Amino acid sequence: MSVAPSILVLAAHPDLRHSRVNRALMQSGQSLANVTVRDLYALYPDHVIDVPAEQALAEQADLIVWQHPIHWYSMPPLMKLWLDDVLTLGWAYGHGGSALRGKDLWLVASTGGTQEAYSPQGYNRYFFDAFLPPYEQTAALCGLRFLPPLVLHGAHAVSRQAFEAHVEVYRDRLSTYPQWPEMADLDACPLCEVPARDRPTEEA
Amino acid sequence: MEHSNWLLSTLVYLSAAIIAVPLAKKLGLGSIIGYLAAGIAIGPFGLKLVADTESILHFAEFGVVLMLFLIGLELEPPRLWALRRPIFGWGSLQLLGCALALAAGAMAFGVSWQIAVVAGLGLALSSTAVALQVMNERNMLPTSAGQAGFAILLFQDVAAIPILALIPLLGARAEAAGNPWLEALRALAVIVGIVVVGRLLLRHALRWIARSQSQEIFTAASLALVVGIASLMQAVGLSMALGAFLGGVLLAESEYKRELETDVEPFKGLLLGLFFMAVGMTIDFGALSQHLWLVAGILLGFLAVKGVVLWGLAKLVDVPVGERPVFTLLLAQGGEFAFVVFQQAAGAQVFSAEVSSLLIGTVALSMLVTPVLLVAVDRWLLPRFARLASPSADAALAQRQEAPVIIAGFGRYGQVVGRLMYANGLKATVLDHDAEQVEALRRFGFRVHYGDATRLDLLRMAGAASAKVLVVAIDDVEQSLKLVDLANEHFPHLAIVARARNVQHWYALRDRGVTLIERETLDSALMSGRSVLELMGWHPHHARQMAMRFRRHSVQQLDQFWPHHQDQKALVAMAKQGRQQLEELFAQEREAPQGMRPQGWGDEQP
Repeated sequence: MSVAPSILVLAAHPDLRHSRVNRALMQSGQSLANVTVRDLYALYPDHVIDVPAEQALAEQADLIVWQHPIHWYSMPPLMKLWLDDVLTLGWAYGHGGSALRGKDLWLVASTGGTQEAYSPQGYNRYFFDAFLPPYEQTAALCGLRFLPPLVLHGAHAVSRQAFEAHVEVYRDRLSTYPQWPEMADLDACPLCEVPARDRPTEEA
Repeated sequence: MEHSNWLLSTLVYLSAAIIAVPLAKKLGLGSIIGYLAAGIAIGPFGLKLVADTESILHFAEFGVVLMLFLIGLELEPPRLWALRRPIFGWGSLQLLGCALALAAGAMAFGVSWQIAVVAGLGLALSSTAVALQVMNERNMLPTSAGQAGFAILLFQDVAAIPILALIPLLGARAEAAGNPWLEALRALAVIVGIVVVGRLLLRHALRWIARSQSQEIFTAASLALVVGIASLMQAVGLSMALGAFLGGVLLAESEYKRELETDVEPFKGLLLGLFFMAVGMTIDFGALSQHLWLVAGILLGFLAVKGVVLWGLAKLVDVPVGERPVFTLLLAQGGEFAFVVFQQAAGAQVFSAEVSSLLIGTVALSMLVTPVLLVAVDRWLLPRFARLASPSADAALAQRQEAPVIIAGFGRYGQVVGRLMYANGLKATVLDHDAEQVEALRRFGFRVHYGDATRLDLLRMAGAASAKVLVVAIDDVEQSLKLVDLANEHFPHLAIVARARNVQHWYALRDRGVTLIERETLDSALMSGRSVLELMGWHPHHARQMAMRFRRHSVQQLDQFWPHHQDQKALVAMAKQGRQQLEELFAQEREAPQGMRPQGWGDEQP
């Protein structure tokens, strides 16, 4: 690929004043020429998303990154609203919607709980991967390939060294995309066709 | 000559005003000085372009009459009733206090008591024309100094009648002016008549005239109304201005209030200008120069005596310290009614024509000096007052720790902004011209500066040089734009957050490079719209979404319109198109099958 791939980072952190990791990641993304970072909470403080603008940006991207802290085993509310509003029927999925098909989706998340907490012995009782199926299926429904997530556990208490290493990995991944070593082993995105008469149940 | 030359003399008056007034404003002196200077320039002691200054003065006095009519229009009867104590209490206090002090002063210099009393009463009156014009220009009428000043001026208009009645009794040539009781009864009857007829007939008459759909006839009716009342009042020896004021009050609650205002306003402006010019022309510099020291002595003496009395009065009636200098100065000057008093006094031989012209000249001079003194007060005295009033001993420290936010205008809008800043521990400096407001705020720990935010020195004192944000929350559109221009020119680093009264104001602000503009009613109206939708059965969240989308649409549309806002045609076409798009989008949304997410507004974008 001669032209640098276009990367769209959707960053969602409700209170960046209290975030060391997410702020650093955003700055690091912004320093790369082919990366567009959208700070959702800064763009839409009133939670009124400019849908056409978001769709236009998503259409242009080769890789879409969701970068956010894990809140209650899921994404912050504005990130979820982005999904609700932007990934429309007939555009992202169903009724021939294929605007995102063939693109990649990469989750970059941070958790308060440590790696040990995310295990059957820890207070979160499940391995972190157990919370990912909704993400994976959201990607699959839109024809997005779900790349292996980059997760930083125990983000509040992580050492300076680990913190810097994490940011470095993030930057390295962004700048080398799509030449990642594991790409060859990844399955293609499963095809999820929505029958024309079917309606999504989330709206009911 | 009058007839063949009226075009020429009109031209002289108009051109003198056109040249002098903008020039005076440019120099920061205010329009009154401009008119006065123009009058002096074309008068008998300048270029001698006009003669017959007396009749011009009489004619132009009608400007004062129209002004009081307009003021009356703004004062509904209940508000006037609420002012009864200031009018009669403070008014009589001012008039009698000043007159007594002046008469005592004159008698101390060996003037006979008759002359002293008449001169004292005449000089105690103040110029309604100058004072109200200045108060208007500075938007002072709503402040407590403005209210007190207005009440006193109104009382003077009433009091002029008994003063004029008193003069013949003091004169050497005491003539029987008829039964004074009968006179008073007649005057009372006319006033009652005006009130009754005004209440019963005026509105119907105006409605009938308005139905003729002819703009100029309504204007004619407005003028005829004022002229009619004024001549009626004059016929029974009452003040024309007082009558016009009464007429205005009677119409203050009618639906034609605004229409009357717009119709009469230009006449008032021009005639008032003419009046000031006439005052300039009537100053008899010849007589004045012969008695130079005497005139200077009288002028300084009566200004000083009135000043002291007024300052005391201001203290007594709780005019805030910051407003006292202007209040005192405006009422200390002599007034146009003194001209009439002194002329009558000369006629009744209370004193000689020479004394009369000397006193008239002095009063005219005081009216000339007042606007000049006012400029001096603005430049030098008020900043000192503001500094005096600023809260603490560590003023120097405060000077260095300037607040990062300046809020200009602390009315309903600015207050909300200010309180939000305060709640967040942000320091804000507040500029407001209402001194009462200012004092209340001080107690909450704001650094408040009293005064006109459109003055450069005041802005500088408020720390504009080191602040980050300027909030323009002034309700007056012109003042708001003036402040933005000033800030752009002198403090380009300031981020401006502006309140827009309406769309035109929004455009004007946008033209000046301001981007953070909020239309003052948009959000509250949308909230009300949401309430209506909810009452009509919309789900609250759906109503919110609709309102938010509508808002985005409205804001985007304004942005699109802005480059074309000079072009009416394009604007109308775009507005139509925008409305259509909005309706289509709403319709789409309504008809969309359940589960189909709407595409948002921006589809009209390329």
